[in-house]
Amino acid sequence: MSTSETYEEKIEMEKISRPMVGLYLFIGGIIALILSIMASISLGAADIDFKTVWNSIFHYNEDVTAHQVIQEVRLPRVLGAAVVGSCFAVSGAVMQGMTRNPLADSGLLGLNAGAGFVLALCFAFLPGLSYSFIILFSFLGATIGAGLVFGVGSLTRNGLTPMRLVLAGAAVSSLFIALSEGIAIYFNVSQDLAFWYAGGVSGAKWYHLKIITPIAVVALASAWIISRSITMISLGEEVAVGLGQRTKVVKMVGMMIVLVLAGTAVSVVGGVGFVGLIIPHITRAIVGHDYRWIIPNSMVYGGLLLVLADLAARTLNAPYETPIGALIGVIGVPFFLYIARKGGKEL
Amino acid sequence: MNTTFKKNQQQKTNMKKVLVIGLLVVLIVVAFIISMNTGYIRLSPLEVFETLFGKGTDKQEVILFEFRLPRIVISVLIGMALAVSGCILQTISRNALADPGILGINSGAGLMVVLYITFFPEKNFMSIMFLPFLSFIGAGLAAILIYGLAYKKGEGISPTRLILTGVAVAAGISSAMIVLTLRLTPESYQFVATWLAGSIWGSNWDFVLALLPWVMLLLPYIFLKAQTLNVIYLGDQMANGLGVAVERERRLLLAAAVGLAGASVAVSGGIGFVGLIGPHLAKQLVGARQQFLLPASALTGGLLVIAADTIGRSIFQTEIPTGIVVAVIGAPYFLYLLAREK
Repeated sequence: MSTSETYEEKIEMEKISRPMVGLYLFIGGIIALILSIMASISLGAADIDFKTVWNSIFHYNEDVTAHQVIQEVRLPRVLGAAVVGSCFAVSGAVMQGMTRNPLADSGLLGLNAGAGFVLALCFAFLPGLSYSFIILFSFLGATIGAGLVFGVGSLTRNGLTPMRLVLAGAAVSSLFIALSEGIAIYFNVSQDLAFWYAGGVSGAKWYHLKIITPIAVVALASAWIISRSITMISLGEEVAVGLGQRTKVVKMVGMMIVLVLAGTAVSVVGGVGFVGLIIPHITRAIVGHDYRWIIPNSMVYGGLLLVLADLAARTLNAPYETPIGALIGVIGVPFFLYIARKGGKEL
Repeated sequence: MNTTFKKNQQQKTNMKKVLVIGLLVVLIVVAFIISMNTGYIRLSPLEVFETLFGKGTDKQEVILFEFRLPRIVISVLIGMALAVSGCILQTISRNALADPGILGINSGAGLMVVLYITFFPEKNFMSIMFLPFLSFIGAGLAAILIYGLAYKKGEGISPTRLILTGVAVAAGISSAMIVLTLRLTPESYQFVATWLAGSIWGSNWDFVLALLPWVMLLLPYIFLKAQTLNVIYLGDQMANGLGVAVERERRLLLAAAVGLAGASVAVSGGIGFVGLIGPHLAKQLVGARQQFLLPASALTGGLLVIAADTIGRSIFQTEIPTGIVVAVIGAPYFLYLLAREK
């Protein structure tokens, strides 16, 4: 690829960046997110009307059972889903931009499985570990998973093609999943880990939120801060260097953000894949190639997707929960096949 | 003079290969005996032999004939079936990474089995005999779906895209399996989970009987086609030139591979990687000629599953599903092959 060509490409891309659309999409997304959170809180084993939902949040009254249900069970769960969805989606967006790999997603590239494996080790050997440490270990696991996948990917003779990375990711994931299942059965911690295989936010509590929200906010904000640089890197290494970017630094920071986001999300919800694949692709198709708009929109719509998926998981087969990871997998796989077929030329 | 020397040389290497195959048979017999000894209740080799010849106690007889023996026979059979299936897939697609599990064929079969079990939970003889047919249909549908999705006009099928499509379809079918069966009956979730982990769940003689005809019919058929496979591996043009109706033979062999995979999935659950490792190890041992490669693959596959099953039952106090043990060995091997492949 010659430099002049990529500059032309850049101009081309500037043209198809649509900031106004991005803004409207963002505002619309926020409204949709708030509405779906309200709906998700009011629907459930016992339907609670919107007014009670409103009151329980802004005029909390301990004596009303509905208020307690909302405050203790539904609210943390829904907010947890929103935060986790944002984390997955933005980690996918950053990864796709930086590695110029249309198939990048924390589930596909082994981050989720790595985190799950280390969580299994924690449950088996360090029971009763405090939640902040669990997040730390989850982050460590995501790093190991990513390291292995990219390591094997870069060992291959023709280098890191997107498809090879995904294949390496699949193999690393199945290794980690097999190991975690073995640990779970052997140490009899299947019950603690069941959430991880299936994926689900039913376990989200306030104390989780208190720890993950600040981490998520910082990581999401940093992703947005470096979004301009990500846009340039997504146009090609030469372009980015030509435009005065220190690509190494940006990539390091970006990878840290990805690992923190994925690790945090997995520690709450387990191995939910495809969110980081689907959402950034859709937002990119609408707002164009400017990551300053892709990242905030991915954040909002990732949250929205998980809130809705969680609602579906609770209501499809009530009173039983459908695993949210399986639900999203059913949508995600056809989407993945579509992207893989196109070869991601639009990235 | 020179030709006779070559011929002698050829015969010598052939003898070597036959010897290797013989050694594999011996190893399987040894593994068989060890596997009969190990388990929750240990039986000494002597006790095993006594029981086999009808001199054991009632308790020993029940353990051996009702629980252990059928399970061991099944592990050998599915190991053979999966490995030969993988060998055919690798040869036909000229793709070193092909395996019925990785390609998603097993998951199609599994979906059928799981649906059938959820709708008709009673395990009588007829329904067990019917299972392999059903899972053959499921495996076939999955194979057609994957082939269709991986096919691109003008480019045909690239090996990487085929595998990638297979991996994705397998993931999708597993998700669908969980969602669907949960909707049917919550209890079936346990079954699906066991299935996905690759536990040999059907371990009584009925399942052996259901599996046996498939293996007994398809393996000899495939062994007879060894020369055809050799020729297909040379490439379509060459094969056509040598007078092989490539397309027709390919379809028949593919159907045989799907049949083997389907039948073994019907009794064993989602055990992957056997079809990958078996043929690769066999190739290291006896080379690429199918006349030797196919039987050697079958034997290494059988040995692998029987070893994994024994390890899963014996080394740890709790029973670890066979599929997990195989995956722990198989996934790194897949990565190794991926890194090495051009």
